[in-house]
Amino acid sequence: MENKLQNIFASSLGVPFESINDDLRYSEIPEWDSVAHMTLVAAIEEAFDIMIDAEDVIEMGSFAKAKLIVAKYLAP
Amino acid sequence: MLHARTAVSLNQLLAALPPSCAVESMLLTYDMAEQESISRSFQEIFKRFRRLDVLVNNAGIMEPAKLGMISQAALSRTLEVNLAAAILHMQGAAKLMTRSGGGAIVNMSSIVGRYGFEGQVPYAASKAGLIGATLSAAKELAAQRIRVNAIAPGYIETELNSQHNEEVHGQNLARVRMGRMGQPEDVAHLVRFLASDAADYITGQVIGVDGGMSL
Repeated sequence: MENKLQNIFASSLGVPFESINDDLRYSEIPEWDSVAHMTLVAAIEEAFDIMIDAEDVIEMGSFAKAKLIVAKYLAP
Repeated sequence: MLHARTAVSLNQLLAALPPSCAVESMLLTYDMAEQESISRSFQEIFKRFRRLDVLVNNAGIMEPAKLGMISQAALSRTLEVNLAAAILHMQGAAKLMTRSGGGAIVNMSSIVGRYGFEGQVPYAASKAGLIGATLSAAKELAAQRIRVNAIAPGYIETELNSQHNEEVHGQNLARVRMGRMGQPEDVAHLVRFLASDAADYITGQVIGVDGGMSL
């Protein structure tokens, strides 16, 4: 799941795959602004076939947090 | 999908539906003030149907009181149910509609939200707020082919309007130029139109159904 999520982050934000790690945080790079965040969320939802609640969209402030949130929705 | 606070009224409604409406139904029961329940319901809709075509924000409460007699609790309750919950439902619906290429949202405002009414400050504020939310959402969601409109019913024969005494009822009726209370069906016809493809180019509108009460 982590690798797939990294790919989505890289393609949605338009940054190299290698730059996606747990320390990557929302608005700390110019590519991850509020507009990109919505694109990113839509791409994650599409790729994992989930629908993320608004509260979690707001909470998704880092790659590390995104992993936890996606895992929560994928849990049976 | 049909939603109400309790299953009793939903089952009655379901039983009253004509055979032409014999489609798969999903009953959702929760209090509009419970944000978690709203999120959970949209998750259920997503899991079961994967899409949503129409949302009608119809729930509403009214606790009439003169300005000096409005409690903080009543004010919060009215804004929570009539406005905040409607916005949260639009939020959930917009997500699902965006995924499936569009949809229609119909918000039930009120003539009181446009023109005010003595003794209904919180209710009027909530319904005026809903008009603002409708117009803003319509602008934001048009590009996703999601239409958002509001209806402003006048004096309609509903449970909400059964609270009035004879004097108030007479005063209200005197303001209706067509001389009769509106029926729920008068409003439902417009809901059906706005939800249909016949209204495909209509968004960001507030349409009165009031028998001339606003004239």
